[in-house]
Amino acid sequence: MNRKDLGLLILILVVGTIVAIRQPLFIAPVNLANTANLIGLFGLFAIGQAFVIITGGIELSVGSIIALLGVLFVTMVVVSEVYWPFAIILMLVLGALIGLVHGLLVTKGGLQPFVVTLCGLLIYRGIARYYTGDGTAGFTFGVSFPDLEWLTMGRTAGIPHSFIAMIIVAAIMWVVLHRSVFGRHLYAVGKNEEAARYSGIRTHRVIITAYVICAVLTAIAAIFFAMYTKSISPSSHGNFYELYAIAAAVLGGCSLRGGEGSIIGVVLGTILLQVLQNLVNLLGIPSSLNFAVMGSVILIGAIADQQFTKRRELKRIASTAG
Amino acid sequence: MDKPFLELVDITKVYPGVTALDGVNLAVRPGEVVGLIGENGAGKSSLMKVLGGVTTPTSGHIRVDGAERASLSVSAAIAAGIAFVHQELNLFENLDVAANVFIGREPRRGGLLNLVDRRKLNADVKPLLDRLQVDFRPDTMVADMSIAQRQQLEIAKALSLNSRLVIMDEPTSSLTLTETERLLDIIAGLKADGVSVIFISHRLGEVQTCADRVVVLRDGKVVGELARNEIAHDRMIRLMIGRDLKSLYVPPSGPPGEGVIDIVDAQTQAYPDRRVSLTLRRGEILGLAGLVGSGRTELARAVFGIDRLGGGRIRVDGKETAVRTPAEAIANGVYLVPEDRKQSGLLLDFAIVDNISLPDLGSYARGSIISRGREKANAESQRKRLNIRTPDVTTAVGSLSGGNQQKVVLAKWLSMKPRVMIFDEPTRGIDVGAKKEIYDMMRALADSGVAVLMISSDMEEVIGVSDRIAVMHEGAIGGFLDRKDFSEHNVLHLAVGGTAHWNEPQSASLQSRAGA
Repeated sequence: MNRKDLGLLILILVVGTIVAIRQPLFIAPVNLANTANLIGLFGLFAIGQAFVIITGGIELSVGSIIALLGVLFVTMVVVSEVYWPFAIILMLVLGALIGLVHGLLVTKGGLQPFVVTLCGLLIYRGIARYYTGDGTAGFTFGVSFPDLEWLTMGRTAGIPHSFIAMIIVAAIMWVVLHRSVFGRHLYAVGKNEEAARYSGIRTHRVIITAYVICAVLTAIAAIFFAMYTKSISPSSHGNFYELYAIAAAVLGGCSLRGGEGSIIGVVLGTILLQVLQNLVNLLGIPSSLNFAVMGSVILIGAIADQQFTKRRELKRIASTAG
Repeated sequence: MDKPFLELVDITKVYPGVTALDGVNLAVRPGEVVGLIGENGAGKSSLMKVLGGVTTPTSGHIRVDGAERASLSVSAAIAAGIAFVHQELNLFENLDVAANVFIGREPRRGGLLNLVDRRKLNADVKPLLDRLQVDFRPDTMVADMSIAQRQQLEIAKALSLNSRLVIMDEPTSSLTLTETERLLDIIAGLKADGVSVIFISHRLGEVQTCADRVVVLRDGKVVGELARNEIAHDRMIRLMIGRDLKSLYVPPSGPPGEGVIDIVDAQTQAYPDRRVSLTLRRGEILGLAGLVGSGRTELARAVFGIDRLGGGRIRVDGKETAVRTPAEAIANGVYLVPEDRKQSGLLLDFAIVDNISLPDLGSYARGSIISRGREKANAESQRKRLNIRTPDVTTAVGSLSGGNQQKVVLAKWLSMKPRVMIFDEPTRGIDVGAKKEIYDMMRALADSGVAVLMISSDMEEVIGVSDRIAVMHEGAIGGFLDRKDFSEHNVLHLAVGGTAHWNEPQSASLQSRAGA
């Protein structure tokens, strides 16, 4: 765990303690389980976002992918009666394809990631709304899929499965990012694409893979979200989720210039964001201030980080000069 | 003749370990065209930096209109009427001609609104363009203009500043023949208006055409001046060369082996209509000499798969091989130590160990999970082998000295199985001690059967280290030199576009050229 991650963890503990003192409900099992569920749901795609951000890119279509795949999944399972494990696999393949297209447009097409994924945001949302005729896709009363529901919304030892899924994904992605050849290549490409290319790294392939990872993790999240809300109105489902993901990644130490970030950081970033949301609810702060609180905390974090970096830099210069 | 308005007196500039300028005197009179020539690294750029106010000389002074000062600042240089037309043009491509000419000095209107007075701007720029008789307008976008037009724009900008001296650094290097003639006309026009020009060029023929006087730099000193009637091609060359070259040469352990890589009729991006053919042989250090911009780096980039070849073929071990990416070149055992090691050679924020293992991570990994232990063990052994001076291989490369950074680049490739090593300016910005170590390493590589190609603009290095020299001139090989024919004169002669005829005695060859 690096210094940034440690700072974030301390911040979470401090905020958590203060909230717990002022409102003991915060640590009630029900509240903790609810918060853990949300952390799991948001953490899944925030981890994906981190991969793209480390390449120096950005993925803005996360929320729309969650809406589109959610709608497709629910309709497929409920209306078309597709056997649900097949439906899950299909969603993952679809997610991978979306990521592949984004990656190809960014690398081979030479388009800016912001533009590509902004168009994705508009397109997928539009398709989702058209597909349902702007109606709501949901589970009809009485129809149930106990296995699927247990898998996605169940609990084991009181821990929501979405949270467990996120932890498993985080563990795997931690190995991929911090221990594998691909992870090293990803950092190298994000830090200095030219030097990476001169070292024989197939930089395009690395970048495309990052977009695919992001979209597949988003697809997994989409299934969990669909099962969590049970009914999806595609005009609002997943709105602004890309911003949660980016915020979590940035809080967790990812630089939008690329080449920096850690899995633990992103998970902690997600936790902090959810704790803040929870705090707004529990402490009776008007929920309309929700975004303002989140924004302020991220801003303060960014400023503090900048100051620390500057001070470290000065210290380093002083020590080499001396 | 008029009195000089600008004089440099005894200018010396010392960088740690190098004396870039050594007691240089230079005077410029109104309406005079001074040709400034010298080899790569003779001190031309340093001198221009002093004139532009970018660097402060270590000693000496500068006299502008009789007023003496120790150095110029950038704004003082502009106020003194000194303007630059750079090799890399400093223009805003996203703006139009008029905006570029008056950037930062736009005529204003509208009071507090602080609007750009576009009408006045265009009206002010028009006469400048008319004076130069250019074929573009104040509202032409720079992005749509050719190199020659952009250069004319830079000159217009200089005129708008009421410049009295325009310094042109290799202005014709990317111009066509007619564009060059046009530029020489413009220079004549400037001269007629009383504007002075310092014309820096390797193209001696152009210097001969336009200069009133030629100043020759060598090793940071003015080694000669030629008046108008003395300017001749061979006199200039003779003044440019003649350094005492220290002998660095370590002979190879045996004669060169068979060719590893054949470059056949390669066309690079810099010179799409020129063709290069070269063979790199086992056990040989082939020096690739030539002037800056002669297409050597572009050739290296193409062989290494960074740029696509415009035409021609590359054969590895006699088999034609497509090299589309560096990964493919590396798979063939062809490695490049690039010119710009900070940008292309290294990840400065990464640790030494991470840089060394980067191109070959697979061999440190089991099931694609990297073994930190193996990585470190290799980095440690490379550190000892190459004598990389650092307390720890987990140190960030950015904090090392230039020489040690270059050794990390070497370590990266030496950890693998090199068959062809291309070095692009391997010792640029590196201290003498580390230079020697790098030369020794190159020789050791060659002796172990690697084919070495060394691109270098440092004459001492080219002559002192190579077993054979190929000289590039404007995108093609001007000629090859065997060790017995190595001399500064011969390299330079080929580099400026001369033809090879070494069997004649040198004086005879010079006379035959002078007569031609």
